[in-house]
Amino acid sequence: MSPRIFTLAVFAALLTSGCSSNYSWGWFVISPWTPKGQTNLMFLISGLGWTVLLAVCAILVSVTSGLLVSLLSLANNRVLRGIGRVYVEAFRSIPMLVMVLWVYYGLPVVLGIELGVFAAGVLALALCDSAFEAEIFRAGIQSIDRGQHEASESIGLTWFDKMRYVILPQAIRRILPPLGNQFVYMLKTSSLVSIIGLTELTRKANELVVTEYRPLEIYTFLILEYLVLIVIVSFLFRKLEQRMSVSDRRPG
Amino acid sequence: MSSSPYIVQLESVSKHFGSFQALRNISLSVRPGEKVVICGPSGSGKSTMIRCVNRLERHESGRITVDGLELTDDARSLQAIRCEVGMVFQSFNLFPHLSVLDNLTLGPMRVRNMNRKEAEEVAMHFLQRVRIPEQAHKYPAQLSGGQQQRVAIARSLCMKPKLMLFDEPTSALDPEMINEVLDVMETLARDGMTMMVVTHEMGFAKRVADSMVFMDKGEIVETAPPAKFFSNPTTERCQQFLKQILTH
Repeated sequence: MSPRIFTLAVFAALLTSGCSSNYSWGWFVISPWTPKGQTNLMFLISGLGWTVLLAVCAILVSVTSGLLVSLLSLANNRVLRGIGRVYVEAFRSIPMLVMVLWVYYGLPVVLGIELGVFAAGVLALALCDSAFEAEIFRAGIQSIDRGQHEASESIGLTWFDKMRYVILPQAIRRILPPLGNQFVYMLKTSSLVSIIGLTELTRKANELVVTEYRPLEIYTFLILEYLVLIVIVSFLFRKLEQRMSVSDRRPG
Repeated sequence: MSSSPYIVQLESVSKHFGSFQALRNISLSVRPGEKVVICGPSGSGKSTMIRCVNRLERHESGRITVDGLELTDDARSLQAIRCEVGMVFQSFNLFPHLSVLDNLTLGPMRVRNMNRKEAEEVAMHFLQRVRIPEQAHKYPAQLSGGQQQRVAIARSLCMKPKLMLFDEPTSALDPEMINEVLDVMETLARDGMTMMVVTHEMGFAKRVADSMVFMDKGEIVETAPPAKFFSNPTTERCQQFLKQILTH
């Protein structure tokens, strides 16, 4: 826990000290000791719910579809494998911001699918991220020894049961660190959805900047909001890793 | 199921790995209850041959019949065959994320559709037979190599197979653990299990085998009952191999 607190402290110290410039900070805009500051603070923090909900929904969709795509990429059938590869190549080469805009403004025109800002945000983030999740899953599954497949097959397990009970439980333990990474990344890139108007953290900050003319203070506070959020998430992932490694005793 | 007196039958089976011919025209029949020990220098195709019997390797030509079913690409008949054929590997291949008990119950629960209680009863029965019931709740990595291999044998037995394949089951073990595994295998043999064993343990072979198979360069060079095989091998290649392996 201490390295995370240290990170936070250093960040906070750097940002609040004013560094070496002559800029005179106007922290009063978000001062917790004035009614105006309190209102502004609450306004900024009220974006937290959407940010978290957006990232969690997007990561759930993305991990699920990423897993399915990775299984396609590992299939014996050449056509299925091809579909998996094309999916990965296509979606990992689309910039997220472009994807957000395209899903929100493009889908209604092209396919007649009109999504709300939240659904569009989830879909856009999940599509882009799922290509990366697929590669992470593929690496994890391929890292499992061939003997595990052979042992499962020799006791007569079907392909599905082999994956479900033998291969994936081991693969997921190995890929927890990069999965955690992707979730952190998702929390940050969710800020892109502010551009289509979802009132998450970044959008709230943008709106306040327009009325208060204190961008530096407000964006600095925004950085701290993401930092705290991500420190909490990475702490939870470490806990999860520790818990899962308790039952993960490798032979040797 | 079939009129054939054999539980395993290989007829002119061949296989290549790239340009390397691993199996050349192999024919071999195993009767129910028979114990066949296969030996030969490394690279002679003995592992490949028994791995073909439950299709961990695919043969290219010839026919393999197990318990009346021919091995083909048909997934359903393959799964039916694999349920009847137990396999013990050189490197144990236990599931490291599952306890010993869960390693043993997975097959019976998922493949034989037993409930947990039934499956655990079966598992404990076979853990007793391999003489480590007290390790049921440990994880594989907490066991010695010999114990892990005995768990692996028990895991196969839980499927109540008609035939057991052993692919160099003691080669990865420290010398002092070899005997505990061989003892379990001998008990199994005495109880009438059909066994195909690839091993270099010639003492075990003399005590247990009904027939010895000597392979070299992908071919079966000699097949004989152990008494004749060890005292009076007919081919020169087999004589040389036995001289090397029995002198140390």
